[in-house]
Formats: sequence, C-alpha cells, structure tokens
Amino acid sequence: MELERVVVSSSPHLRSPATVPVLMRDVVVALVPAALAGIVFFGYNALLLTVASVVAAVAAEAAYQKVAGKEVSVGDWSAVITGILVAFNVPPSAPLWLPVVGSAFAIVVVKQLFGGIGSNFVNPALAARAFLVASWPAHMTRWTSPFDAVSTATPLVTMGSGEVPAYADMFLGNIAGCVGETSALALLIGAGYLLARRVIDWRIPGAYLGTVSVLSWILGPRGIFTGDPLAHLLAGGLLLGAFFMATDYVTSPVTKKGRLYMGIGCGILTVLIRLYGGFPEGVSYSILLMNLATPLIDKFTGPRVFGHAK
Amino acid sequence: MTEHVEAVTFPGGIHPPYRKSYTKDKAVERAGEPEVVVIPLHQHTGAPNEAQVAVGDEVRVGQVIGATDAFVSAPVHSSVSGKVKAIELGPHPAMGAKVMSVVIESDGTETLHDSVKPRGDYSDMSPDDVKTIIRDSGIVGLGGAAFPTAVKVSPPKDKPIDTYLLNGAECEPYLTSDHRLMVERADEVVYGLRVLMHASGTPRAVVCVEDNKPDAIAALKKAVAGLENIEVTALHTKYPQGSEKHLIKAVLSREVPTGGLPFHVGVMVSNAGTAVAVSDAFQKGMPLIERVVTVTGSIVKEPRNLLAKIGTRFGDLIEECGGLTGKPSKVLMGGPMMGIAQYTLEVPVIKGTSGILVLSEEEADFGPTVPCVKCARCVDVCPVSLLPLFLAAYSERKMYDMAEASNALDCIECGCCSYVCPARRPLVHAIRVAKAEIMQKKRREMQAAKK
Ligand code: SF4
Ligand code: SF4
Repeated sequence: MELERVVVSSSPHLRSPATVPVLMRDVVVALVPAALAGIVFFGYNALLLTVASVVAAVAAEAAYQKVAGKEVSVGDWSAVITGILVAFNVPPSAPLWLPVVGSAFAIVVVKQLFGGIGSNFVNPALAARAFLVASWPAHMTRWTSPFDAVSTATPLVTMGSGEVPAYADMFLGNIAGCVGETSALALLIGAGYLLARRVIDWRIPGAYLGTVSVLSWILGPRGIFTGDPLAHLLAGGLLLGAFFMATDYVTSPVTKKGRLYMGIGCGILTVLIRLYGGFPEGVSYSILLMNLATPLIDKFTGPRVFGHAK
Repeated sequence: MTEHVEAVTFPGGIHPPYRKSYTKDKAVERAGEPEVVVIPLHQHTGAPNEAQVAVGDEVRVGQVIGATDAFVSAPVHSSVSGKVKAIELGPHPAMGAKVMSVVIESDGTETLHDSVKPRGDYSDMSPDDVKTIIRDSGIVGLGGAAFPTAVKVSPPKDKPIDTYLLNGAECEPYLTSDHRLMVERADEVVYGLRVLMHASGTPRAVVCVEDNKPDAIAALKKAVAGLENIEVTALHTKYPQGSEKHLIKAVLSREVPTGGLPFHVGVMVSNAGTAVAVSDAFQKGMPLIERVVTVTGSIVKEPRNLLAKIGTRFGDLIEECGGLTGKPSKVLMGGPMMGIAQYTLEVPVIKGTSGILVLSEEEADFGPTVPCVKCARCVDVCPVSLLPLFLAAYSERKMYDMAEASNALDCIECGCCSYVCPARRPLVHAIRVAKAEIMQKKRREMQAAKK
C-alpha cells in the first residue's frame, strides 16, 4: 500500500469548525434583529439605507482588490458587517448616498489602504461615521421620530434638560436615533446570540456597560449618586457600540485583562463626553480613541506565563 | 494520605472532538507475526545505539541488537526470532532523516533469548539494581517523548521526590492504547508504578486518569485497593491535560518553573504504558519489544488496538485492520493534536508509537489560511498563557529576538492555538521555527563562549 498525495504538514491535524467567514456570518445574523427593528420604526428608508450601504461596502472591497491585483475576499463577510454598521450609524432620514460614501470610505481608506482585513487600526464603520459627521454634519444630525418621521431630538439631547422618554419606548426602540441603534431589545437579542455562540467575549461589553452604569449614576445632574444609569444604557448607540463595535476583533485588545481595560476605558470616555463634551453622543469617539490605545494595552497586559515568577 | 490532593485545573485548553469510540471498547489483540521487522537503532531521546549484531546473525526475541555506553540512551532488542537481513538506513516515523535500522526476517517461531526470564522481587533489590534492569530492558517513556526511563528515575540527589504521578490522561483524541492497558492490565500498571517508586525512592503516587475513562478508573481503583500510598484521581477531560506540567498543576497545584523539569517541584511523571513495560521487564523478564498501538480513523475499515512488535510496518498494521475504505489524506503517528505526519507506510512501529491515525481528505482539509483577525482565540486557549498570534508573527518576520523575549521557548507545542484559529494560521509551526532558531543561537553563543 503506497501513499500518494498525502499531506505531510505540521501538527495539529484537527481544527475547530469556526472559520473567519463562519464567525463573520454569525455577526451578520446577530445584526438582523436590529435591522428589522430599524425598518419597523423608521420605515422603508431604513431598509434602503442598509441595503445600499452593504452593496457599497462589498462592491468597494471587490473593486479595490481587483484594481490592486489582490485576491478578492468579499466571501469572508467582513465587508457586509461594515456595510450594515455604517448604515446603522446614520439617521433614518439620511439620503441614500450618505452611507454609500461612508461605506466606500470605510472599506477603501480605513481598511484596504492599511492592508485589508486584520490590519486596520480603527474600526472602519466608526471611522466612517466620524468622517460623515465631520463632512455632512447637517445630514448626520437630522433626527426624526419613529413612524411619523417628524423632526425631533434624540434622548441623549433631551436628557441634558432632564427629559427622558419612557424606558419601555427606549427599550423597544420607539425613540429617535440612528437606523440601527434605537432598539435595545433587538440589539440584546443579537448580543445574546453572539455570546452564546462564543463569537464575542463578555469582557469588553461587560466592562463597558458596567462602567457606564456606575459612572453615570455617580455623576448625576443633581449631585453625586443621582444619575439615571438605565437611561444612559438605553440611550444613543451604547448597546450597538458595546456589543458590536467595541468588540471588533481587529481593533480591540487580545489579552483578557486588556479587554477589560478596553471596556472600562470606553465607559469612562463615553460618560465624560456625554456629560461634559461638545456632542451628546460619546460612544463612537470613545471606541475610536480606545482603538488607538489597543496596541499599547496589549503590550502592557500580557498574562503571567506558566512557570514564570508572579 | 499525606497532603490533600486538590483537583484544580489550568487556564486555557480545548475540548476537541475526542473520537475515541472507534476503539475504546476494543480489547487489545496481538497483531500477526510480521514477516520482517525494521528496528531503528535510535528510538529515544539521547545518544543513538550501535548495532550489536551483524548481517547473517541469528537473533532471538529479547536479544539486544543495539546498545551504547552513553548515559542518556536505551538499548533496543529484537522483537522476533530470525535472521538479520540487513543493517541499513531505514525510514523513521519521528525523525526527519533515515536512521540506521536492523532488518530482521522472522522465522515465525518466536524463540526467546536466554536472557528473558523473570527478575524476582524488585523490593529485595537496591534502587540502583532496579534502575539497571529498567535500562537494560530498553524502557523509555511510552507517551511519545521516549525519554529513557532509567535516566528519568535518577534525579539529582539534592531534589527529593515526594510524589510519583502516573499519567493515564491520554488526552489526545482518537487514541485508546493507554485506556485499554489501564482497563485490561490494571494490576500490572500498578506493579510497574511500584517498581518505579522504589527505583526513585518516591513515597507516594497518584494515578491520574481523565474522567472520560470511567472503566479504567474503576479497574485501577480496584488494583490499588489496600495500598496506602497510591491513590487514583479522576481528571477533568480537557486537552492538553496529559502535558506533564499541566498534570502536575492540576493534581498538585504545583507549577514547574520555566525551563525546569518535574523534579524541580518534587514530582516524577511516567506514562501508564511505561509502567506496564516496567512490569513486563520484572515479572516476565521481557524487554520492551512490543507495545499497544491504536490503529484508527474514519476510513480504517476496522479500527483496533493492536499489540504490535517494534519494527512492524505501519502498512502491515493497517492491513491487519482490514485496510482503508477511502483515500487517505494524512497518516499520523500519534494523535491528531501532536502526531507526526508520515509520507510512507513503510515506517516501522517504534517505542513511542501510541497510535496510527489515518485521516480522510475531508478531515484533513481546513480551508485556506487568511490574515489574522486578532480574535484572541489563540490567546484564550494557550495553556501556557502565551500570546501565540504575536509569537507567530515575530517568527514569520524572522524577529527571533522578539519571539524569545515573548517567551517562545515556553511553548509546549500542544497545538491548541492552531486548533482554534479561525484564520487557519499555522501558529505552532511558526513558533516551532522560532524555537529552533533561538536554540541554535544559544548553542552558537555557548560555543563562542567556550573558545
Ligand atoms: S486565533 Fe488566529 S486569527 Fe485569532 S488572534 Fe490568534 S492567530 Fe489571529
Ligand atoms: S503557543 Fe504553544 S503552548 Fe500555547 S497554545 Fe500554542 S502550541 Fe500550545
């Protein structure tokens, strides 16, 4: 019996079933409830924005890779995620070209120019959001109420004057906000799925939400310990950011301790920006800043190696 | 009992599909007498042996055919009676290059050599005499590392050993050779362990078995009943529970220091199969000429646990299991996590051959390697708490100093990181390359210092 064409490779010879496309597809699945909620509350335009954004992200990735002579890797689903997240970060009344431009920017400038998947140092969707806010501030801050699309303000803006919508409305998503960020319920369903499938680890979102709760409670509007942590958790893009953007593999720390620091750092920055900053929305900038700190965090949080002194 | 045994575990590790059901209930059967055996003269860690026979010589079962005076070594014996046909370079399942091997044609009579006779009661012997018999019997660690056992039970005098751990974890998927030995020959496992304790002057022992082998645990518990100083502990089933250092951590909460060996924390570890070999050497006078080999895999027609003579070709054992039902894509010596891929079925069973695993094309196809997405899975599973993604990246960029500073040498090559990597990065392979480079640099520096 002779062996032809056997593989003589280095061990191990078994692999877990999870591959990059499998993990990325899980994230896409986990974003579906929030997309549906966005469509229910904000209507047809939310659907169009999401589809246009995904198509733009995938097309931009494929086009760039073709032109650059690289292997086209859109099959890994990562561009789909970026597309969805960019759409989720624009107001429901935004013109269609807005997320299209954002997605193209995210993919080409933030991801591909830095070397493609695994090499970008900030989250592409968040960088795109920052870019859109800076370039088209009017489009990016025109808020409308659910169902009737009447101009209104988001809870984060009204919260400054002590006015908070009913918790139930915030929980379901019946409030003004970006396409994919308003329904806490939908986001939590997706997050639960990701945690159960072990696609993401609890540390970053846990530390992030925990820090925001504690800090927003301490730094209350009527003195210490008078804050409304629940409103802070439900308002704005916190849940979307904590579960789907701060947990982005590429731009968050790999050490366990580092992931906790990432969450805590995001939490502190978010509360400080929300309470004392120029914008009501602190989530995206907090995560972007912590993305930049990630290599440093990894460097200083390496675990104690087995057999080495404590 | 002396101190309390605390069943802690270690951080990291994985739960691969164990796939032991192919063979775990199959009693060990003796493989058919091979027509020809090819016995490599080098089957252990340490110095190679020189042939003690010449072409044309008649040899008998148990006769020494290779030996050396070097301390770290173990002689090899003929596993058949017959005629030496050749002494030549032959294929070896663990070493990259061919090694000197004695080719013997069996006469089928299995005539024993005169030296094969029971050794009497070990407890009447001095530890040194016991060690001499262990050495003369060619016994090496049968778990895969193949370190000469007589050397192992001779730690430095200033390092007292208080606990002997018998490693019956067998945490590699697919393999059941130790499992069957523990079930079928529990008394001999314990007898061999007591010999090893006597040789090393160790007062107590713990037999450690993963809890996915309840029948082995029950058999061993029965075998140690009435013995004050030996207990049986069930371990959490988790890979790489059988790694010496992790076994010690789990059972005794002691951590072998980096670069150190078990004796640095007062522990000695031997594999369950090794204990049976020691038992055979004393009770039957039979040196290490055969071992249990699990021949398995989804495309092996009838997977079995075979007692095979050292020197039997892999191909012969696979034939004995009815051959293959599909196209093999990989043939391994050992389990899927740490086994060594073979390029020919002409390779012989050696002392360290715990299993022959044949993987089909689907099983061996993992999909393409893509860039690291920094998912941190490799970090979470590393039982040594390394950061495999960075070690591999340093190695790939030839930044070996950085790899060394990041403790690449502590990697036990368990493969957990590569197993979980969704980007299919060859992490262990890259780290191995870095380790080899670092060791080579160290040797060069030592040589330069000597001059
Ligand atoms: S498991 Fe693979 S993809 Fe994930 S961090 Fe480690 S090397 Fe990168
Ligand atoms: S780095 Fe080494 S010790 Fe850690 S998981 Fe990978 S192979 Fe095992």
